Amino acid sequence: MSTMSSKQRQHLAQQGTWRRLPLIASPGLRWGLVLALAVYLVLAFASVEVNWARVAEGASRGMNFLSAFMQPDFVSRWDDILAGLLESLTMTVTSTVLGIALAVPVGLGAARNIAPLPIYVICRSIIAVSRTFQEVIIAILFVVMFGFGPFAGMITLAFATIGFMAKLLAEDIEDLDWRQVEAVRATGAGWWQTLNHAVQPQVMPRLIGLSMYRLDINFRESAVIGIVGAGGIGATLNTSISRYEYDTSAAILLMIIAIVLLSEYSSSHVRRWTQ
Amino acid sequence: MPVSTAQHGQPQWRLRTTRAQWLQYLAWLAGVSLFLLCWKLISDNTMWVFVEDAGRQGADLISRMTPPEWSYASQLWKPMWDTLNIATLGTALGIMLAFPVAFLAARNTSPHPLVRSAALVIIVSSRSINSLIWAMLLVTILGPGVLAGIIAIALRSIGFVGKLLYEAIEEIHPTPVEAISATGASRLQVMSYGVLPQVMPAFAGISVYRWDINIRESTVLGLVGAGGIGLQLNASINTLAWDHVSVIFLMIFATVLVSEWVSAKVRHAII
Repeated sequence: MSTMSSKQRQHLAQQGTWRRLPLIASPGLRWGLVLALAVYLVLAFASVEVNWARVAEGASRGMNFLSAFMQPDFVSRWDDILAGLLESLTMTVTSTVLGIALAVPVGLGAARNIAPLPIYVICRSIIAVSRTFQEVIIAILFVVMFGFGPFAGMITLAFATIGFMAKLLAEDIEDLDWRQVEAVRATGAGWWQTLNHAVQPQVMPRLIGLSMYRLDINFRESAVIGIVGAGGIGATLNTSISRYEYDTSAAILLMIIAIVLLSEYSSSHVRRWTQ
Repeated sequence: MPVSTAQHGQPQWRLRTTRAQWLQYLAWLAGVSLFLLCWKLISDNTMWVFVEDAGRQGADLISRMTPPEWSYASQLWKPMWDTLNIATLGTALGIMLAFPVAFLAARNTSPHPLVRSAALVIIVSSRSINSLIWAMLLVTILGPGVLAGIIAIALRSIGFVGKLLYEAIEEIHPTPVEAISATGASRLQVMSYGVLPQVMPAFAGISVYRWDINIRESTVLGLVGAGGIGLQLNASINTLAWDHVSVIFLMIFATVLVSEWVSAKVRHAII
């Protein structure tokens, strides 16, 4: 805690020289962090090279983009946009369902209080690998393996879903109310019955909430893995940007935002309904 | 408690009422049909020959990736430093921008409902668009390089930090705020002495958490030309130098693990 006692602080307050408590109590650590930050910032800014001439040149293009945002063009590439969106949405649904179906057993295995040690270690390493790599990196590998198209994207998103859902599910199981498990066990229930009647009811509301959240994330990610060839709206967006058709890109971005808003709104409803 | 009565008048316990049972059945039916429909659409767009070939392709890929060419790692220190800079400076810029936005978006500190909805729109649009898309746009505008990456990360972080922070602000205890306003403090003083100390730990935690996510995201920004280790990754993939790719993957894996550990430690110390 603070180096000053509360009595001293009160005394200072009476004299009118009170100061608030700092966020980091130890002054050594506080000034050390400030110094380290300053040194880092100097080093970092020194190594960032900016081509200001190029930036100035691009400014007009930036203005073009902003004005395109004011008048997005939904019409001229509508067929491409629709096909991309449909592909993204189907990818989102299938990958979320598959991912959650696979994440449940992994999550059960990664909860230390119900899984034996060897299974725990295996499941935790699956989670670590799946969480470390960005979806795009995984997509590159799967595109090489499965060929271009939405199938690779679906597998990628399902794989990323496993890590995300299994980790949160395992944490949830690890701090569940153990008394209910004991009560169900005391009736002579087996492992499956305990799981079904003591564990599942406790984690289900959160699992549903997280699934809705992940659906949302998967849709957003499906918009980028198209850049490396894994299907979806990302491919359309990438093409429109590299062809400088900013009005079409603006239309696509606005549609992505609208769909994310819609899904966020509906998922908050679902969550309220299940809890 | 849903109970039905058996023929000889004895009550029988059931898990659900008939209505709930039907609703659940219909929900499952709708869900499964939606899944199958989506599956069919994807399967129509898939070349199944390639998928059947996947096992062989995967094995081939692994054989090309091993052994990693370790000497290549010496060329990766500079791009890795760039990646760290993109993540850190981007996070710093992002939280600087997110801080005021969050105060404008929180119901109890926002000056006006209209301002609040404007702030919420900023948060939602920043959250919906992935940093890779921001980077793609910024590279065409600013030219390839680290700067585009930094701004892309910052723009994406505004939404995340802003959302979590404004939720933290809405959950503060009203008592200290009332106490400070009772002393005759101005609006800004109330913010600084009543609200800020309560959300500061949450703010620090959120920022470190976002930094950790940003490290992961900045590793791929190079794929669209926004600097960092992604540039090397892209170059190695394009030249099919898979033994270089595996070195890069291991490096990313190590960096992300370290950053995750650091962020977990810091958050643990704060809470």
